[in-house]
Amino acid sequence: MWRDALLVAGKDLRVEARSRVATNQVAPYALVILLLFGFAFDSNRPLLTQAAPGLFWVAVLLCSLLAVQRSFAIEAADGARDGLRLSGLDPAGIFLGKAAAVAAVLVGLEVLLGAGVVVLYGTGLHDPLLLVATAVLATAGLGAAGTVYGIMAAGLRVRETLLPLLILPVVAPVLLAATEAWRAALGLSADNGWRWLTLLGSFAAIYVTLGVLGFGTLLEEA
Amino acid sequence: MVHPAIRFRGAVALVGRFPVLAGVDLDVAQGEIVLLQGPNGAGKSSLLRACAGLLPVVHGCAEVLGADLVADPRSVRRRVGLLGHSSALYDDLSVRENVRFAVRASGGSRDGVDDALATLGLTGRLAGTPVGGLSAGQRRRVALAVLVARNAELWLLDEPHAGLDAEHRDLLDRLVRSAVGKGATVVLASHERDRAHALAGRVVEVSGGVVNAVTPAPGGLARGERGRANVA
Repeated sequence: MWRDALLVAGKDLRVEARSRVATNQVAPYALVILLLFGFAFDSNRPLLTQAAPGLFWVAVLLCSLLAVQRSFAIEAADGARDGLRLSGLDPAGIFLGKAAAVAAVLVGLEVLLGAGVVVLYGTGLHDPLLLVATAVLATAGLGAAGTVYGIMAAGLRVRETLLPLLILPVVAPVLLAATEAWRAALGLSADNGWRWLTLLGSFAAIYVTLGVLGFGTLLEEA
Repeated sequence: MVHPAIRFRGAVALVGRFPVLAGVDLDVAQGEIVLLQGPNGAGKSSLLRACAGLLPVVHGCAEVLGADLVADPRSVRRRVGLLGHSSALYDDLSVRENVRFAVRASGGSRDGVDDALATLGLTGRLAGTPVGGLSAGQRRRVALAVLVARNAELWLLDEPHAGLDAEHRDLLDRLVRSAVGKGATVVLASHERDRAHALAGRVVEVSGGVVNAVTPAPGGLARGERGRANVA
């Protein structure tokens, strides 16, 4: 399973590196979102700083939709999904590989968005360890949930419009927990931000388990 | 006891609620080349996909290479190579990367990748070219290289000559004979009657999702003769 996961993740990341969709389209899209939030709240600078964690994670969620759509679009073209099924790869390995590749793309975007938030919104840093731990767990959850719902929508003609409807309500707990944890990490709240990591960890664990156990069936139905 | 390569009895497969295979009876011996013939929509492609374990057989008996596809359609996939209407390649990966990924994914050795590329004339600059930049015929050759490099026991070919020039059609025929010479079994669907009849030992007429008739191929080689032809 792990070998198959590495193989699929390597293939997906190589396709991303060659096509440059993440760098030339998704990353600029993420920055545009930050800029638009900046324009909308610029007259109230303290509010912009207070809202920075939430705006950051909303931007990450929107980018995750593009990353997931892209991950399954490359399998839809020219019957590649049949090739993947015919290869006999362990479905759990395919799931882990695709989720890891989506997560890797998101990590890159989060670094970029993080820099954008510091520059545009003027936020400081209070607890870097909490910041990183939150990002790791939230990204794992988004990658896993996105991959589960991505394969559910993959075989449908309306997948581009259906995917946001499937994913966005489901990942609301990630948005809530990651925003609250980051508010503490950035010194914007006196709350104990670490307690939100339980929710983020549970979310990631549930969707990784669901994906490992159910991806084979979903892949056959797609 | 030697299993037949394919044994279908009353096999039914559905796409949605439509029975694309409506009770297929078919026997293919190991080392045979069988041609599926029939009009468009007869069920030839569906039959090939069912043999590959990609289209579930929901009723009847379906055994391929000794594996029960009704119980577990995935069990046979690694041992089967399917050349379908689409080439199942990634546009952004190079020719070599595509073949290497397909071989590694199916648990094969990377040793055969360069040989397969050389056999199909996909060497030099072409091997490093992204598949998205290739012509339809070149893409077909890459898909064939995957089939050769995977060393499949059962070759399922859906209109394999489509998009190839005369030189590579001849090469494809030699590859098929060579694979059979090494013990593989080949089932192909083709509208190129002359070429396909010359390759096949038997012709299976498919219509309406069932097998209507099985006849010897006019001009086909006998089983013993086929393996002697090698790839130049």
